[in-house]
Amino acid sequence: MKEPIRGSGYISFFWHIANIREVGISVFIIILIAVVSIRSPYFFRVENLRDILLDIAVLAIVATGQTMVILTRNIDLSVGSGLALSGMIVGMSVSSNWSISPLLALLMGMGLGIILGSFNGVVVTKGHVPPIIATLGTLSIYRGLVFAVSGGAWVDAAEMPESFKLLSRNTVLGIPNLVLFAASVIIISYYFLNHTRTGREIYAVGSNPGAARVAGIPVDRIVFLVYVLSGMLFGMGGVLWVSRYASAQSDSAMGFELQTVAAAVVGGVNIFGGSGTIAGVLLGSFLLGIITNALNLVRISPFWKLAMQGLVIILAVVFYTAISRRLQQTLIVRRVS
Amino acid sequence: MSDYILELKGIKKNFSGVRALNGVDFNLRPGEVHALVGENGAGKSTLVKVITGVHQPDAGEIQFRGQPVIFANSLIAQRHGIASIYQEPTLFPDLDVAENIFMGRQPLRPTTRRVNWKKMYEESSKILASLGMSLNPHTRVRGLSVAQQQMVEIAKALSVKAQVLIMDEPTSSLTTREVEDLFDIIRRLRDAGTAIIFISHRLEETFVLADRVSVLRDGYYIGTRAVCDIALSELIHMMVGRTLGDMFPKEEVQQGKVILKVDSLTKEGLFYDISFELKQGEILGLAGLVGAGRTEVARAIFGVEPADHGTIWVDGRQARIHSPRDALALGIAYLPEDRHQHGLIPTMTVTQNITLPILREFAHLGWVNRTAEERTARTFAERLDIRTAGLWQKVRELSGGNQQKVVIARWLGIHPQVLILDEPTRGIDVGTKAAVHQLMSTMAAQGLAILMISSELPEILGMSDRIVVMREGHVTGCFSRAEATQEKIMTAAMAGRSGEANTTSTQ
Repeated sequence: MKEPIRGSGYISFFWHIANIREVGISVFIIILIAVVSIRSPYFFRVENLRDILLDIAVLAIVATGQTMVILTRNIDLSVGSGLALSGMIVGMSVSSNWSISPLLALLMGMGLGIILGSFNGVVVTKGHVPPIIATLGTLSIYRGLVFAVSGGAWVDAAEMPESFKLLSRNTVLGIPNLVLFAASVIIISYYFLNHTRTGREIYAVGSNPGAARVAGIPVDRIVFLVYVLSGMLFGMGGVLWVSRYASAQSDSAMGFELQTVAAAVVGGVNIFGGSGTIAGVLLGSFLLGIITNALNLVRISPFWKLAMQGLVIILAVVFYTAISRRLQQTLIVRRVS
Repeated sequence: MSDYILELKGIKKNFSGVRALNGVDFNLRPGEVHALVGENGAGKSTLVKVITGVHQPDAGEIQFRGQPVIFANSLIAQRHGIASIYQEPTLFPDLDVAENIFMGRQPLRPTTRRVNWKKMYEESSKILASLGMSLNPHTRVRGLSVAQQQMVEIAKALSVKAQVLIMDEPTSSLTTREVEDLFDIIRRLRDAGTAIIFISHRLEETFVLADRVSVLRDGYYIGTRAVCDIALSELIHMMVGRTLGDMFPKEEVQQGKVILKVDSLTKEGLFYDISFELKQGEILGLAGLVGAGRTEVARAIFGVEPADHGTIWVDGRQARIHSPRDALALGIAYLPEDRHQHGLIPTMTVTQNITLPILREFAHLGWVNRTAEERTARTFAERLDIRTAGLWQKVRELSGGNQQKVVIARWLGIHPQVLILDEPTRGIDVGTKAAVHQLMSTMAAQGLAILMISSELPEILGMSDRIVVMREGHVTGCFSRAEATQEKIMTAAMAGRSGEANTTSTQ
């Protein structure tokens, strides 16, 4: 009757289950690339690959913050508005004072993001407002503030110093700065989540909040922290966004919050918290970026693009959950027989 | 009395006027297992929470190692070396065993403040090995059996070098074999000098494991005895003021016609060639070890997972049951073992839970007649003696025993001919147990046919008119009430010879 204690064979089994989602998305991405490159040879041109990387860089940065929030069983719907607000304030500051260095601008954006994120964190942890409602509220507040501070006007390319635009456009050894920023965020986040006590506590809080409390983890402080980190990252994303497109607009990044949630969830982050990896979020961002790019290349009518995008995302998830379930079943059958 | 590691004197605790503890004394020696027993609501949990610093007593004194102490919160109690293992494991399902053991206290590398994974896994292996467990610390907790999860909890307690270990109902969801393993570990800890407070509804376990036992009733301290000096009947008397005979109020019932007949029911890999008959007014006990396939048979009869071969006859007619809907239409109701997962809707009221399957009866043109609904719910609540603050109370606020009664009430509402009860009294206290048994007896007397799955032998022997024993998917024995004994049933359940299977095709 005694359940067999799992030996080394079971370790690899669980390792598989943990990582099968990442494998599944990778397979889907490869198939997608194959299909697209047959339809359009342009796909593999260096310029195009570079475009994809540039397109997903900001998404990956903000989605990383979103992931940390989701890991704790919360959500941050204010990232799009927060990004636009940080970007707009920094853009206006830079346009009125050309002597602000690009690095200072970046730090300003991150600081603004931290303030906005703290507000989210306070409302959720101290105000006990459910995270969806709290951040839906701040989604509107932050977007409203964008219009209020800008008066509805744009900051366009001519109003910005060249150095600020180069913040995202410069390259180091041929790699665009923007991509380097995203890579650093991802590497630091990976280290933070996997190798620091606080990082592991983020997983613990989402996996079982009650048990986290019993283990002496300051749950509210962790939740506050992830909102602050999400804020810092969308603030950073805001500055890079304005620098890259050389314009700050009141309606920048409308609906961006849903893309970040999609990148995380498509990348295998459990929307109910507790599990998900940085590698997954990166793959999720890639998938979203490649889908958008592919739909441009194969010249889908712009009227259909959004619908197609959603359809391919659903297909991707159906595809790889089917794979992982199939694999899981074969393994279980093998165990029983 | 300095040989006590922990001593409580005259502990009182009120919750908004309700007296939860009323002058309770309790003491604990190093290297003993001290059982704490009492019915639900007797104050066991409150007492444990006072010891672990979750609650602070209104009056009374706590001494730890001879010094008066105040545990202002649970972290302080933990730092004194008081660890507790709750009924429901408080683990992180997404993380692995080692992380669960060390969460919040992970070893760090001194310079980088980085988690020292190597050390963490090594120490986890060491602790697990010291408990005689061959569990790999890299295994993810999701997917571990409840028993293994409890091992992780114990390992966690050991990693903080607990001197006092409190175990609240650790065996309620373990199989017999797993309980034995757990007891081995508890004894090993005890022999190493750990003081253990053990809470269980299964009094037999208390007798097997504990050195001393303290009894609480309605917040009062009744007494402490050495286990070797007290008989089971005396202990029950201390707990409830009733004697053992009242536990199984089985009435003699005139049995009617055969209402359910199961013939050669087979489901590959789960059970084979199961046949039995059930008469009106009869209680048929389905005995066996956990995993013998009893629940699977019940689920097949109820249509949750229909059998591959074999026939089911209801009231003399062959029945086609492909879903629970079919079964309900034929008057078969099933009360699953896990009332949380399959039975109750915790956020709805008592009334709403009771009337859920029969809501149609109160509806006129899509409007529910609340007065009629509540009248029906009240009738059942009174018949089953469901104790609530009111029928509007949410089910999740009720005690386990009362929740069980609500599920039973729900199925009685459809006026079933056959009621299948899967472990009807698991995890509920002695007093409520007796009430559920009384209820079963009354229902049978009214002509209801009851199929009762139970892993508790006294319950099987005390309540059944006839007993069918299963082992590894086969029927290995069939006994009448008169001929059944503990030994016969255990023999059939654990070592039934294949030859006996032939005697099974009922009567």
